[in-house]
Amino acid sequence: MKSLAELEAIRKATLSKINVRTEEKGDTTRVVIGMATCGIAAGARPVMLAFMNEIQTRQLNHVTVSQTGCVGMCRLEPMVDVYLPGKEKVTYVHVKPEMVPRIVAEHIVNGRPVEEYTIGAAENA
Amino acid sequence: MDIYRAHVLVCGGTGCSSSGSAKLIERFEEKIAEAGLEKEVKVIRTGCFGLCEAGPVVIVYPDGTFYSRVKPENVDEIVSEHLLKGRKVEHLVYTDHATKEQNAEKALEDITFYKYQQRIALRNCGVIDPENIDEYLAMDGYRALEKALTTMTREQVIDEVLKSGLRGRGGAGFPTGMKWKFAYNSVNDQKYVACNADEGDPGAFMDRSILEGDPHAVIEAMAIAGYAIGASEGYIYVRAEYPIAVKRLQVAIGQAEDYGLLGDDILGTGFKFHLHIRLGAGAFVCGEETALMHSIEGKRGEPTTRPPFPAVKGLFEKPTMLNNVETYANIAQIILKGADWYSSIGTEKSKGTKVFALGGKINNTGLVEVPMGTTLRTVIYDIGGGCPNGKKFKAVQTGGPSGGCLPESLLDTPVDYDNLIAAGSMMGSGGMIVMDEDNCMVDIARFYMEFIVDESCGKCTPCRVGTKRMLEILKRITEGKGEEGDIEKLEELANTIKNTALCGLGQTAPNPVLSTLRFFRDEYEAHIKEKRCPAHHCQNLLQYVITDKCRGCTACARVCPAQAISGEVKKQHVIDPKKCLKCGACMEKCRFGAIIKI
Repeated sequence: MKSLAELEAIRKATLSKINVRTEEKGDTTRVVIGMATCGIAAGARPVMLAFMNEIQTRQLNHVTVSQTGCVGMCRLEPMVDVYLPGKEKVTYVHVKPEMVPRIVAEHIVNGRPVEEYTIGAAENA
Repeated sequence: MDIYRAHVLVCGGTGCSSSGSAKLIERFEEKIAEAGLEKEVKVIRTGCFGLCEAGPVVIVYPDGTFYSRVKPENVDEIVSEHLLKGRKVEHLVYTDHATKEQNAEKALEDITFYKYQQRIALRNCGVIDPENIDEYLAMDGYRALEKALTTMTREQVIDEVLKSGLRGRGGAGFPTGMKWKFAYNSVNDQKYVACNADEGDPGAFMDRSILEGDPHAVIEAMAIAGYAIGASEGYIYVRAEYPIAVKRLQVAIGQAEDYGLLGDDILGTGFKFHLHIRLGAGAFVCGEETALMHSIEGKRGEPTTRPPFPAVKGLFEKPTMLNNVETYANIAQIILKGADWYSSIGTEKSKGTKVFALGGKINNTGLVEVPMGTTLRTVIYDIGGGCPNGKKFKAVQTGGPSGGCLPESLLDTPVDYDNLIAAGSMMGSGGMIVMDEDNCMVDIARFYMEFIVDESCGKCTPCRVGTKRMLEILKRITEGKGEEGDIEKLEELANTIKNTALCGLGQTAPNPVLSTLRFFRDEYEAHIKEKRCPAHHCQNLLQYVITDKCRGCTACARVCPAQAISGEVKKQHVIDPKKCLKCGACMEKCRFGAIIKI
């Protein structure tokens, strides 16, 4: 038999797993990863898995991970766009799995883009 | 269960299952594994989405892409394009009937079919995995039971249901709270809660879809009802023809028992409630409450007179409270969100929403849930997409064999219990069968009467003999042997049966005849007096004729199974009416539209 507290814990844990099915509302953050041939070849899949892991560990209920095609800047892949609700899109380039925890912590959770990983920084360098 | 970036929801309702959704699931799992995506993409079998016409239906989240009529060979493409590369497979995306737009980026709610709907009873159907109690819990499942058991008295629960204005969704529309109150007031050492899942109306399938898509909603509501009226045992009477529903119920009851949501000490409150399934063999009369209870007891499924009402003396001679599946599906939401919320939806005397099963000559065959008071026109045209092939709408049959046919002039009737009765039909369980100009209304009345004659249990004379006589007269009319005075005889029989039959089945059996007589009397008269079927449907009253559009291609002569068509090549052919079987094969074959029915 489950206690009330246990039921509540199941509710919370399951909700974070199935809320990908709820229609996107205003408060959803979207992480979009370039997964065309160029992206995959540059290593986009481990990056995507790293995002999913990080989101699960932190129980972030309002973040969806999806993929997109090639935007034409194949030399900058793997590229990741982060859409925070009500904010301009931020594009990260040459993303590696080890960069993901920082992007999630600083940008998605705390709302401060990691400037040094963005396309602006890469192009100015 | 881990987090997945994408969920592929495949409908596992009966409609989509029969168009092959089980194969789709297998193929998806296989192809996803082949692509190495099994840690990223999860396949879920859900209940019915409602848009059965477009089945099998597949929805891919998080983007919410709605694929329709997916075949196993399309799966490879969805996996390799959409799931692997993130490119939607445009040619499989559902096209909206009304706007002719494809649902590419749009949310499900924006599709015309769903836009006018408000889903309360169907809230979880097509959204959760019905065989996973955790998903039901995540959608606030069993929270209403928790609330009732830990914070409400039994009287408060009944009061809430009473105040909500919920009425029985099985057809008669008796106030649910009153039923609960009567059962509560009965004093006895043992009481029962029962669920009527013996959905028998031709064309109605909402109860099946709820049991298949959200079985826990019914279980939770029955436990709440058990607490309220003081019952420790519950029975679900479900027809054996619903194997998927039965299986999911069994799985769900097992899971609820494991979690201590059914059993001897529910949630540690000391409340005891056990649930049992009884299978019905599919007799229509067993949907009548007294017959249903006899059938659960193992006796012959025949109705008995009331009183005593089940609330006083029901199952095993003990007080019993029987509700329909859809009624139960509303309960948890009423307890959670309150009676005021529920009674704010709907019309003055009919609160909440109602699920309708759209069938017949309609574009979007399927299941819809709309607030009470929505007009028939909205349901049939805006949601249902109107009649296919540009045919003209003729009538809509509501309420199954107990209901009636309503013509075009009544399409602006707001749908609720009282309006439908005033219009000459009834709500019934919510089957809605649309007929177009090709349907003969006398033949429709004959069809329903035939159903009643088949299903009459034979216990009382008005129903056993009366309906048979009515069927004979109707058959005679459709065969062109109708006599003057037949209409009056039908009316006399109908009124007698209505007033004297033992149970609801018999009392409402003449309704399809009465309502077609009321709105389509001219069709009856045409059959009887002019020996003509205005819809060109009744075979004995029509003739196939080849007009001068004929180019003499001989296609019709070759396809005719009776060699009734003759003529020279490149010259107009003729049909010999004596040999013609009226099978219509020639008409289908003709490429010039030269063959007509008169």
